[in-house]
Amino acid sequence: MDNLYRDFILEHYRNPHNQGVLDPHDLHFADSNPTCGDELSMTLRLDGKGQIADVAFEGRGCAISQASASILTDTLRGMTLDAVRAIDPKAVLDDLGVPIGPARLKCALLGYKVLQGAVVGESVEWPVEAEAAI
Amino acid sequence: MTVGAQPQAIPGAFSGTARRADFPVFERLTSTGNRLVYLDAAASAPKPAVVIEAMRDAYSHHYANVHRGIYELSEDATGRFEAARRKVAAFLNAPSEREIVFVRNATEAINLVAYSWGRTNLRAGETMVTTQLEHHANIVPWQQLTREVGAELRYVAITDDGRLDLEDLDRLLATRPKLVALAAVSNALGTINPVREITQRAHAAGALVLVDAAQAAPHMPIDVQAIGCDFLAISGHKMLGPSGIGALWARRELLEAMPPFLTGGNMIIRVTMEGAEWNEVPQKFEAGTPAIVEAIGLGAAIDYLTDIGMPNVREHERYLFEHAWAALGEIPDVRRFGPDDPDTHAGVISFVLDAVHPHDMATILDHHGVAVRAGHHCAQPVMQRYDIPATTRASFYVYNDLDDVEALADAVRAAVTLFAG
Repeated sequence: MDNLYRDFILEHYRNPHNQGVLDPHDLHFADSNPTCGDELSMTLRLDGKGQIADVAFEGRGCAISQASASILTDTLRGMTLDAVRAIDPKAVLDDLGVPIGPARLKCALLGYKVLQGAVVGESVEWPVEAEAAI
Repeated sequence: MTVGAQPQAIPGAFSGTARRADFPVFERLTSTGNRLVYLDAAASAPKPAVVIEAMRDAYSHHYANVHRGIYELSEDATGRFEAARRKVAAFLNAPSEREIVFVRNATEAINLVAYSWGRTNLRAGETMVTTQLEHHANIVPWQQLTREVGAELRYVAITDDGRLDLEDLDRLLATRPKLVALAAVSNALGTINPVREITQRAHAAGALVLVDAAQAAPHMPIDVQAIGCDFLAISGHKMLGPSGIGALWARRELLEAMPPFLTGGNMIIRVTMEGAEWNEVPQKFEAGTPAIVEAIGLGAAIDYLTDIGMPNVREHERYLFEHAWAALGEIPDVRRFGPDDPDTHAGVISFVLDAVHPHDMATILDHHGVAVRAGHHCAQPVMQRYDIPATTRASFYVYNDLDDVEALADAVRAAVTLFAG
């Protein structure tokens, strides 16, 4: 547990980066984690070159889902949508930097799932990395 | 509160500490080296060695298909399978074992009633009633049924302290519903509903009553004749028995009049290429080879519980509830759900803390060896009633004791400290 709830995770939870709703925005998506009902929505604004100019998310959820979305959204500015589609869920877990057990994988990947939903325009399946999740 | 220092013996009851020795799962330590503090009976209960041994013995020495073979081994298996049915009937004080239909679980029992009784008796424009307190298993089958036949499904509201609003029930009964389906105990909040009183009111309004006893039957005496209801559903896995076995009790005249649910072998008397004649009840509702050894395992679980005595089980859990309710109440900012009154609150406590999400709470508790459930408990309308996404839920059973209550409270305090930073 000391490994999971490290200070930087709790810091992201208490003060998440990129919090809120962008208005106007080019892309928007909201999704939930069926095991707990946690909801997360994300808005993105693109620049003239089709790259992500800004991103914001909001929702209520556990420390893992909120910290993961906070860390993920920090990495998005300047990325093309093709690059976003190519993000490896394993890299999202690596960036989180703490060991995630099977029961919490969907928490850790909720932000990733919402991001992909925003880019594709509809709900995407959970990545196989989340399949062990309850 | 220092609960660990108090004596474990409960007047007229038994020691949860001693009962733990009956359950092999408590031999294991958690990966963090802790003793397992299992507080998730409401999801599924561990199995005592007597249940595991009864199933091993049945598979080893008494296994053949039932109701088929003209040979000693099949007669032996059939006798043990039917003995389990008699045990279920006695456990529920059913007038006859012919009123016990073996199913997979309470969910299947409710679906059986929705498909068979519901699609025969509920018509377009009519209403039926369930409650906002229910497990999804007692909501979704009725949503499907009413949608299909064009009937209306109404919900009894919940009060702020987690009880059914009986004035709202009376308002809904005035619409002359055909059926009232409700839980005896809420799996999400622990509320014990006054099913006998509600059944009387529903019958007076001309409705039949289905009781979902999945959360009640493992933990307190259930008497279908005293309740007076028409259908009652239980799950084996929540009452120390195996998964894959449960039972529907229904009054015999209802079962006689209802069409089959699943069809195939065993549930017929005679099949020609033109049609089939149904077997008598309960076989009419038991198509195909049943869960033979699971039924025998459920019978062994009932023997184990009956040996303790269901009134003693209830007293034991009431005692643990009172201590856990108080211990959690002493922790600042813990919000507990359900009635304060131990007479109307089973051994299930749902709680939340603004500062610690239930998922995080459950993970931290797990690292202390305390297994609880975090989530919506398959009762999302309850979560919507209180505008929360989830709760943390601790639930007690015969193997729990005051040390477990103390471990829970200690771990919750540790979570609060961690998140307070």
